[in-house]
Amino acid sequence: MVTDHAVTALAVLATILVILPLAFIFGYLLIKGASSLNLNFFIKVPVPEGELGGGMANAIAGSGVLLGIASLIGVPLGIGSGIFLAEFGRGTRLANAVRFTADVLNGVPSIVMGVTAYALIVFPRVRFLPFLGHFSALAGGVALGIMMIPTVCRSTEEMLLMVPHSIREAALGLGVPNWRSTLSITVKTASPGIITGCMLAFARVAGETAPLLFTALGNEFWSTSVNDPIAALPLQIFNYSISPYEDQHRMAWGGALVLIVLIVLAVSLVRFVTSRGVLKGNS
Amino acid sequence: MAHRAACTLWVLGRPLVRLQWGKPGDSCEFLLVCILFFIAVTCLSQLPGSLKCVDRTVPEIRVAQSLPEPEAVHSPEHQAAAVAGHSEIRRYLLARGNSAGADRLFKVLMTLCAISIFLIVALIAYQLVDKSQMNWARSGLKFFYTAVKDPVTGQPQYWDPVNGNFSAIPFIYGTLVTSFLSLFFAVPLAVGVAVFLTEMCPGFLRAPLSFLTELLAAIPSIIYGLWALFILVPLLRQYANPVLNKTLGWTGLFGSDNPTGLGYLASGVILAIMVLPIISSLTREVMTAVPQSQREAVLALGATRWEMIRMGVLRNARIGIVGAIILGLGRALGETMAVLMVIGNTPEVHKSLLANGATMASVIANEFAEAFSDLHRSALVEIGLALFVVTIIVNIFAQLLIWAVTRGTPSRAH
Repeated sequence: MVTDHAVTALAVLATILVILPLAFIFGYLLIKGASSLNLNFFIKVPVPEGELGGGMANAIAGSGVLLGIASLIGVPLGIGSGIFLAEFGRGTRLANAVRFTADVLNGVPSIVMGVTAYALIVFPRVRFLPFLGHFSALAGGVALGIMMIPTVCRSTEEMLLMVPHSIREAALGLGVPNWRSTLSITVKTASPGIITGCMLAFARVAGETAPLLFTALGNEFWSTSVNDPIAALPLQIFNYSISPYEDQHRMAWGGALVLIVLIVLAVSLVRFVTSRGVLKGNS
Repeated sequence: MAHRAACTLWVLGRPLVRLQWGKPGDSCEFLLVCILFFIAVTCLSQLPGSLKCVDRTVPEIRVAQSLPEPEAVHSPEHQAAAVAGHSEIRRYLLARGNSAGADRLFKVLMTLCAISIFLIVALIAYQLVDKSQMNWARSGLKFFYTAVKDPVTGQPQYWDPVNGNFSAIPFIYGTLVTSFLSLFFAVPLAVGVAVFLTEMCPGFLRAPLSFLTELLAAIPSIIYGLWALFILVPLLRQYANPVLNKTLGWTGLFGSDNPTGLGYLASGVILAIMVLPIISSLTREVMTAVPQSQREAVLALGATRWEMIRMGVLRNARIGIVGAIILGLGRALGETMAVLMVIGNTPEVHKSLLANGATMASVIANEFAEAFSDLHRSALVEIGLALFVVTIIVNIFAQLLIWAVTRGTPSRAH
């Protein structure tokens, strides 16, 4: 019995030790971040090093542009392959291979994605393609978009598998063509779950820094052009945190707080939607 | 509707008119095809359904007559159909009607979407191999295990971009040290948390606690890095490192020549916090997959709760737990930002865990944008290629192990 109690105590201790860093991280983010947030933070661009003031408006806008490009690439491809896995390829060898490849892609380190996007878009210089050959928001967006595909794909597949067959058959029985019934009936029924998956993928790539280091590169000025280097929130946090200036450290904490609030909101929303059981009722 | 289609076409068409394909094998073609392709998918979803095209004369339903004979139920075709999830009525409905062309197009599009995942992985591999050719041609496999010796001092020169001497040894060493250090810290904690959450936790605590551990996985690595750089490293520098050096300095693992607090140990600790939620959530998954009857059987034999957990649960789930640990290892190997910020970034090999170092991922992140020469860049890409191959192998191995347990095959062997 002594061992029994000891093990229980150890397990409780382990749980506390795990929760502790979380509390630490959130505590410091709140204390250090909240004190450096003000209106200027959201509406001003950075000031030269050593000066006080300024904000991260360009980084917030830049993150928006990057995530927009990433969603434009990741969401349609992910949903499309999810539809293939759930509707057309069930049980086939091709579907198993795709599922496996998606898992492989999910495990590829983000820095390797950055190298690939660099090799694809930043490196080649083609005469008639002005968006190649230099650091650009496009390159960063492509790297992030590729990282979104596996998450979106697998969650779309899981959600579509939950949609009962009778709904599909009812649509087909009314004479709706298969593609139309898939898009307007099946996908629509599963759409809360699919949106959840997209949000998860979004939250995952929103904080990615490594693939942006040498694709989007960062920008001290206001820029929303797809063709130019662009600032991003995580990138700016990184640049500020390794700088020697106290004021920039302050800005880094503020940016980190903004980033984590966005991500926690997305994750909580996901949890709320899934716990409400949007899809549980219609099995 | 028509307006939107016209706008899309115009926006798309403008660059296409000017477009000239690059030389064969140029990768931009692939990207354009991808973009065109999903725009086509979106356009397709906007078309009105061809409801009015349905045959007016509803054909006589012959489903009942074409049902297979009872003895034919186990025929391979029927089983294949059941696997494919298509009932008789559905197949009948699919074969009827005059939207077969649109359906086929839709299927082809979705299949292309799925195949694009293959293409992306192949493209990543191709680009990494292609861009690392220069360094591969120069040093081959030796890149990973030898280094040029300095003629004067006799010290190995691992990473010397100015003279063009490159060797991956310090980065492989750094990656291995930090990853295993992180597993050393994370595995006992993760298994403890999983045991607590699945076997001991009162019901009202389970949901919030599991949410909190999952939240750890949602925090981006840059925030871990920021926290580690400003909070963890000063703590280590002030309290942990002197104590370690005093008590365990004789082993040589905790030398005192680094006053910054950065280094392998700090990276290992922050990596441990980052891989913990992955290991614990997967361990929980495999522990939940152990059938309840196993627990009941062990308890009925008079075991205490710990004996039940040890013999009934952990024993049956051990292969899956190993899989979870390996998956955590895969994450730790490729983790970049947090490590980059606290490891110190010096391409050297040190026995002391308190010394500065560099990992494969951190050196790419640190030097790629300002690479000294093409050779330097290609050496960095080759490190990326090695990272890619290793993480793929590690991930596949882990997936196989977890799959084996959640399928229940090995645990039933007992």
